[in-house]
Amino acid sequence: MDIIKEIENEFRPDGTNAEFKAGDNVTVYYKIKEGTKERIQPFKGDVIQVRGKQSDIKCTFTVRKVSNGVAVERIFPLFSPNIEKIDVNKRGKVRRARLFYLRTAKGKAARIKEARRKK
Amino acid sequence: MKGLLGKKLGNTSIFNEEGKMIPVTVVELGPCYVTQIKTEESDGYDAVQLGFGDKKEKNVSKAMKGHYAKSKVDACAKLKEFKSYDVEVSLGDTVECDIFEEGETVNVVGVSKGKGFQGVVKRHGFHGVGDSTHGQHNRNRAPGSIGAASYPSRVFKGMRMAGRTGGDRTKVKNLTVVKVIKDRNIVLIKGAVPGSKGSYVIVEN
Repeated sequence: MDIIKEIENEFRPDGTNAEFKAGDNVTVYYKIKEGTKERIQPFKGDVIQVRGKQSDIKCTFTVRKVSNGVAVERIFPLFSPNIEKIDVNKRGKVRRARLFYLRTAKGKAARIKEARRKK
Repeated sequence: MKGLLGKKLGNTSIFNEEGKMIPVTVVELGPCYVTQIKTEESDGYDAVQLGFGDKKEKNVSKAMKGHYAKSKVDACAKLKEFKSYDVEVSLGDTVECDIFEEGETVNVVGVSKGKGFQGVVKRHGFHGVGDSTHGQHNRNRAPGSIGAASYPSRVFKGMRMAGRTGGDRTKVKNLTVVKVIKDRNIVLIKGAVPGSKGSYVIVEN
Protein backbone atom coordinates (compact mmCIF):
# COMPACT_ATOMS: atom_id res chain seq x y z
CA MET A 1 0.00 0.00 0.00
CA ASP A 2 1.31 3.38 -1.01
CA ILE A 3 0.11 5.29 2.05
CA ILE A 4 1.79 2.81 4.37
CA LYS A 5 5.08 3.20 2.47
CA GLU A 6 4.76 6.98 2.74
CA ILE A 7 4.19 6.76 6.48
CA GLU A 8 7.11 4.41 6.91
CA ASN A 9 9.38 6.76 5.01
CA GLU A 10 8.10 9.76 6.92
CA PHE A 11 8.79 8.28 10.35
CA ARG A 12 11.96 6.44 9.44
CA PRO A 13 14.94 7.86 11.34
CA ASP A 14 18.03 8.70 9.31
CA GLY A 15 19.91 5.61 10.44
CA THR A 16 23.61 5.03 10.17
CA ASN A 17 23.98 4.35 6.44
CA ALA A 18 26.28 1.44 7.24
CA GLU A 19 26.30 -1.19 4.53
CA PHE A 20 26.76 -4.76 5.58
CA LYS A 21 25.60 -8.26 4.83
CA ALA A 22 25.38 -11.55 6.63
CA GLY A 23 28.89 -12.75 7.38
CA ASP A 24 30.35 -9.32 8.05
CA ASN A 25 31.93 -8.52 11.37
CA VAL A 26 30.47 -5.34 12.81
CA THR A 27 30.59 -3.24 15.95
CA VAL A 28 27.24 -1.75 16.95
CA TYR A 29 27.49 1.26 19.25
CA TYR A 30 24.25 1.11 21.19
CA LYS A 31 23.05 3.85 23.51
CA ILE A 32 21.98 2.64 26.93
CA LYS A 33 20.05 4.77 29.37
CA GLU A 34 20.80 4.28 33.05
CA GLY A 35 18.52 6.54 35.02
CA THR A 36 19.26 9.94 33.59
CA LYS A 37 22.71 9.04 32.29
CA GLU A 38 23.34 7.77 28.82
CA ARG A 39 26.32 5.70 27.79
CA ILE A 40 27.35 3.86 24.68
CA GLN A 41 27.92 0.14 24.70
CA PRO A 42 29.74 -1.45 21.78
CA PHE A 43 28.62 -4.90 20.67
CA LYS A 44 31.03 -6.60 18.32
CA GLY A 45 30.20 -9.76 16.43
CA ASP A 46 29.22 -11.39 13.18
CA VAL A 47 26.03 -10.51 11.38
CA ILE A 48 24.17 -13.79 10.94
CA GLN A 49 21.08 -12.45 9.28
CA VAL A 50 19.50 -9.27 7.94
CA ARG A 51 15.71 -9.37 7.86
CA GLY A 52 13.85 -7.20 5.42
CA LYS A 53 15.14 -4.67 2.94
CA GLN A 54 17.79 -2.33 4.28
CA SER A 55 15.65 0.64 3.25
CA ASP A 56 12.66 -0.63 5.22
CA ILE A 57 11.88 0.81 8.66
CA LYS A 58 11.12 -2.70 9.90
CA CYS A 59 14.53 -4.08 8.89
CA THR A 60 16.42 -5.84 11.69
CA PHE A 61 19.72 -7.65 11.87
CA THR A 62 21.14 -10.24 14.23
CA VAL A 63 24.68 -10.01 15.58
CA ARG A 64 26.31 -13.05 17.17
CA LYS A 65 29.37 -13.01 19.32
CA VAL A 66 31.07 -15.56 21.53
CA SER A 67 32.22 -14.10 24.82
CA ASN A 68 33.93 -16.32 27.38
CA GLY A 69 32.68 -19.40 25.58
CA VAL A 70 29.06 -18.26 25.73
CA ALA A 71 27.45 -17.26 22.49
CA VAL A 72 25.31 -14.13 22.61
CA GLU A 73 22.94 -13.13 19.84
CA ARG A 74 21.36 -9.75 19.72
CA ILE A 75 18.74 -8.41 17.34
CA PHE A 76 18.88 -4.73 16.46
CA PRO A 77 16.38 -2.71 14.43
CA LEU A 78 18.50 -1.18 11.67
CA PHE A 79 16.96 2.26 12.05
CA SER A 80 16.86 2.28 15.84
CA PRO A 81 17.57 5.80 17.12
CA ASN A 82 19.58 4.16 19.91
CA ILE A 83 22.25 3.00 17.49
CA GLU A 84 24.97 5.64 17.53
CA LYS A 85 26.93 4.09 14.68
CA ILE A 86 27.81 0.79 13.10
CA ASP A 87 31.41 -0.02 12.17
CA VAL A 88 32.12 -2.74 9.66
CA ASN A 89 35.35 -4.43 10.75
CA LYS A 90 35.58 -7.28 8.27
CA ARG A 91 33.76 -8.41 5.19
CA GLY A 92 32.98 -12.10 5.33
CA LYS A 93 32.88 -14.61 2.53
CA VAL A 94 29.75 -16.67 3.00
CA ARG A 95 27.52 -18.63 0.68
CA ARG A 96 24.17 -18.06 2.30
CA ALA A 97 22.13 -15.20 3.74
CA ARG A 98 21.28 -16.76 7.10
CA LEU A 99 24.22 -18.22 8.97
CA PHE A 100 22.38 -20.27 11.57
CA TYR A 101 24.79 -23.14 11.00
CA LEU A 102 27.27 -21.17 13.09
CA ARG A 103 25.25 -22.03 16.19
CA THR A 104 26.10 -25.70 15.95
CA ALA A 105 29.39 -25.49 14.05
CA LYS A 106 32.53 -26.11 16.06
CA GLY A 107 36.21 -25.29 15.54
CA LYS A 108 37.29 -24.49 12.04
CA ALA A 109 33.78 -24.71 10.64
CA ALA A 110 32.62 -21.95 12.98
CA ARG A 111 34.87 -19.37 11.35
CA ILE A 112 33.95 -16.98 8.58
CA LYS A 113 36.52 -16.45 5.87
CA GLU A 114 37.33 -12.89 5.03
CA ALA A 115 36.19 -11.80 1.62
CA ARG A 116 38.57 -10.36 -0.90
CA ARG A 117 36.28 -7.62 -1.92
CA LYS A 118 37.05 -4.28 -3.48
CA LYS A 119 36.07 -1.47 -1.21
CA MET B 1 -18.50 9.74 23.89
CA LYS B 2 -16.75 10.79 20.76
CA GLY B 3 -16.05 8.76 17.71
CA LEU B 4 -15.37 8.66 14.01
CA LEU B 5 -15.67 6.28 11.12
CA GLY B 6 -12.59 5.24 9.22
CA LYS B 7 -10.93 2.70 7.06
CA LYS B 8 -8.15 0.32 8.04
CA LEU B 9 -5.20 0.72 5.69
CA GLY B 10 -2.69 -1.74 7.11
CA ASN B 11 0.02 -2.26 9.66
CA THR B 12 3.60 -1.11 10.08
CA SER B 13 5.98 -0.10 12.86
CA ILE B 14 7.46 3.19 13.95
CA PHE B 15 9.94 4.24 16.61
CA ASN B 16 8.75 6.14 19.67
CA GLU B 17 10.68 8.82 21.59
CA GLU B 18 12.53 6.22 23.63
CA GLY B 19 13.75 4.52 20.49
CA LYS B 20 11.50 1.52 20.97
CA MET B 21 9.85 0.05 17.91
CA ILE B 22 6.11 -0.11 18.31
CA PRO B 23 3.62 -1.85 16.01
CA VAL B 24 0.91 0.43 14.66
CA THR B 25 -2.21 0.15 12.52
CA VAL B 26 -2.66 2.89 9.95
CA VAL B 27 -6.29 4.04 9.91
CA GLU B 28 -7.74 6.58 7.53
CA LEU B 29 -10.04 8.36 9.95
CA GLY B 30 -12.60 10.78 8.69
CA PRO B 31 -13.44 13.34 7.53
CA CYS B 32 -16.94 12.47 8.67
CA TYR B 33 -20.05 14.51 7.95
CA VAL B 34 -22.93 15.11 10.30
CA THR B 35 -25.97 13.79 8.47
CA GLN B 36 -28.50 13.89 11.28
CA ILE B 37 -28.81 15.15 14.82
CA LYS B 38 -31.28 13.36 17.05
CA THR B 39 -32.59 15.05 20.15
CA GLU B 40 -34.47 14.05 23.25
CA GLU B 41 -37.56 15.96 22.13
CA SER B 42 -37.90 14.65 18.60
CA ASP B 43 -36.41 11.15 18.85
CA GLY B 44 -36.41 10.28 22.55
CA TYR B 45 -32.62 10.24 22.86
CA ASP B 46 -29.58 12.32 21.94
CA ALA B 47 -27.39 11.12 19.13
CA VAL B 48 -25.33 12.26 16.17
CA GLN B 49 -25.29 10.42 12.88
CA LEU B 50 -22.00 10.57 10.99
CA GLY B 51 -21.25 9.57 7.42
CA PHE B 52 -17.94 8.52 5.93
CA GLY B 53 -16.67 7.69 2.45
CA ASP B 54 -18.06 8.19 -1.00
CA LYS B 55 -20.91 6.42 -2.68
CA LYS B 56 -21.82 6.63 -6.34
CA GLU B 57 -25.01 8.53 -6.93
CA LYS B 58 -26.57 5.70 -8.94
CA ASN B 59 -26.29 3.43 -5.91
CA VAL B 60 -28.16 5.77 -3.58
CA SER B 61 -31.83 5.07 -3.12
CA LYS B 62 -34.38 7.85 -3.44
CA ALA B 63 -35.21 7.64 0.23
CA MET B 64 -31.57 8.06 1.22
CA LYS B 65 -31.15 10.93 -1.24
CA GLY B 66 -33.86 12.73 0.67
CA HIS B 67 -32.06 11.98 3.92
CA TYR B 68 -28.76 13.39 2.63
CA ALA B 69 -30.53 16.42 1.16
CA LYS B 70 -31.60 17.51 4.64
CA SER B 71 -27.97 17.92 5.74
CA LYS B 72 -26.66 18.90 2.25
CA VAL B 73 -24.03 16.17 2.52
CA ASP B 74 -22.92 14.02 -0.45
CA ALA B 75 -23.95 10.38 -0.20
CA CYS B 76 -21.75 8.44 2.20
CA ALA B 77 -20.60 4.83 2.05
CA LYS B 78 -21.16 4.28 5.76
CA LEU B 79 -23.44 5.85 8.32
CA LYS B 80 -23.15 5.40 12.04
CA GLU B 81 -25.00 6.85 14.98
CA PHE B 82 -23.13 7.92 18.12
CA LYS B 83 -25.13 8.37 21.29
CA SER B 84 -24.45 11.40 23.52
CA TYR B 85 -21.74 12.79 21.27
CA ASP B 86 -19.27 15.00 23.14
CA VAL B 87 -18.01 17.09 20.23
CA GLU B 88 -20.29 20.00 19.50
CA VAL B 89 -21.60 19.75 15.97
CA SER B 90 -24.40 21.06 13.84
CA LEU B 91 -26.04 19.54 10.79
CA GLY B 92 -23.74 19.27 7.77
CA ASP B 93 -20.57 19.82 9.79
CA THR B 94 -17.30 18.05 9.10
CA VAL B 95 -15.67 16.17 11.97
CA GLU B 96 -11.97 15.44 11.52
CA CYS B 97 -9.50 13.15 13.19
CA ASP B 98 -8.08 15.90 15.40
CA ILE B 99 -10.82 15.25 17.94
CA PHE B 100 -8.41 12.54 19.12
CA GLU B 101 -5.14 13.41 20.78
CA GLU B 102 -1.87 11.55 20.73
CA GLY B 103 -1.55 9.33 23.75
CA GLU B 104 -5.29 8.97 24.21
CA THR B 105 -6.86 5.53 24.59
CA VAL B 106 -9.62 4.52 22.21
CA ASN B 107 -11.81 1.54 21.44
CA VAL B 108 -11.87 0.26 17.87
CA VAL B 109 -14.81 -1.62 16.38
CA GLY B 110 -14.51 -3.60 13.18
CA VAL B 111 -15.59 -6.80 11.52
CA SER B 112 -12.95 -9.45 12.08
CA LYS B 113 -11.47 -11.38 9.17
CA GLY B 114 -13.54 -14.38 8.15
CA LYS B 115 -11.77 -17.65 8.82
CA GLY B 116 -14.30 -20.14 7.47
CA PHE B 117 -15.30 -23.35 9.22
CA GLN B 118 -12.85 -23.87 12.05
CA GLY B 119 -12.40 -26.43 14.79
CA VAL B 120 -12.77 -25.79 18.49
CA VAL B 121 -9.05 -25.20 19.09
CA LYS B 122 -8.96 -22.16 16.84
CA ARG B 123 -12.55 -21.09 17.42
CA HIS B 124 -12.83 -21.34 21.21
CA GLY B 125 -9.26 -21.84 22.40
CA PHE B 126 -9.72 -25.48 23.44
CA HIS B 127 -6.54 -27.41 24.06
CA GLY B 128 -7.40 -30.67 22.32
CA VAL B 129 -7.55 -34.04 23.99
CA GLY B 130 -4.68 -36.04 25.44
CA ASP B 131 -1.18 -36.70 24.25
CA SER B 132 0.28 -36.59 20.81
CA THR B 133 2.30 -39.75 21.49
CA HIS B 134 1.92 -42.88 23.69
CA GLY B 135 -0.20 -44.69 21.13
CA GLN B 136 -2.76 -41.92 20.78
CA HIS B 137 -3.73 -40.68 17.42
CA ASN B 138 -6.06 -38.08 15.83
CA ARG B 139 -7.28 -36.58 19.17
CA ASN B 140 -4.95 -33.58 19.16
CA ARG B 141 -7.58 -31.03 18.15
CA ALA B 142 -10.70 -32.86 19.30
CA PRO B 143 -13.31 -31.15 21.50
CA GLY B 144 -13.67 -34.03 23.99
CA SER B 145 -16.92 -34.71 25.78
CA ILE B 146 -19.90 -32.51 24.96
CA GLY B 147 -22.00 -33.59 27.94
CA ALA B 148 -23.26 -36.42 30.11
CA ALA B 149 -25.29 -39.47 28.97
CA SER B 150 -28.82 -40.57 30.03
CA TYR B 151 -29.26 -37.44 32.07
CA PRO B 152 -29.75 -34.93 30.42
CA SER B 153 -29.90 -37.04 27.22
CA ARG B 154 -29.26 -33.98 25.15
CA VAL B 155 -26.58 -31.44 24.38
CA PHE B 156 -27.04 -28.11 26.09
CA LYS B 157 -27.74 -25.09 23.96
CA GLY B 158 -24.75 -22.86 23.35
CA MET B 159 -22.26 -25.77 23.63
CA ARG B 160 -19.09 -24.53 22.03
CA MET B 161 -18.40 -26.49 18.89
CA ALA B 162 -16.73 -26.14 15.51
CA GLY B 163 -18.22 -23.76 12.97
CA ARG B 164 -17.96 -20.52 11.08
CA THR B 165 -15.28 -18.36 12.64
CA GLY B 166 -14.48 -14.69 12.23
CA GLY B 167 -16.50 -12.14 10.33
CA ASP B 168 -18.03 -10.91 13.58
CA ARG B 169 -18.32 -7.39 14.85
CA THR B 170 -15.42 -7.09 17.28
CA LYS B 171 -14.43 -4.33 19.65
CA VAL B 172 -10.86 -3.96 20.85
CA LYS B 173 -10.61 -1.75 23.90
CA ASN B 174 -7.97 0.58 25.26
CA LEU B 175 -5.70 1.00 22.27
CA THR B 176 -3.37 3.98 22.33
CA VAL B 177 -3.39 6.67 19.66
CA VAL B 178 0.25 7.04 18.67
CA LYS B 179 0.08 9.71 15.98
CA VAL B 180 -2.57 11.96 14.50
CA ILE B 181 -1.74 13.30 11.04
CA LYS B 182 -4.53 15.75 10.45
CA ASP B 183 -3.68 17.02 6.99
CA ARG B 184 -3.87 13.48 5.60
CA ASN B 185 -6.70 12.27 7.86
CA ILE B 186 -4.54 9.47 9.17
CA VAL B 187 -4.31 8.11 12.69
CA LEU B 188 -1.76 5.55 13.87
CA ILE B 189 -3.12 3.26 16.56
CA LYS B 190 -0.87 1.04 18.60
CA GLY B 191 -1.42 -2.65 18.05
CA ALA B 192 -3.85 -4.54 15.89
CA VAL B 193 -7.33 -3.55 14.85
CA PRO B 194 -10.02 -6.02 13.71
CA GLY B 195 -10.70 -6.49 10.03
CA SER B 196 -8.89 -6.75 6.76
CA LYS B 197 -7.19 -3.92 4.91
CA GLY B 198 -9.78 -1.58 3.46
CA SER B 199 -12.49 -2.56 5.93
CA TYR B 200 -14.46 0.04 7.82
CA VAL B 201 -13.73 0.66 11.48
CA ILE B 202 -15.23 2.82 14.20
CA VAL B 203 -12.79 4.57 16.49
CA GLU B 204 -14.50 5.75 19.65
CA ASN B 205 -13.76 6.73 23.19
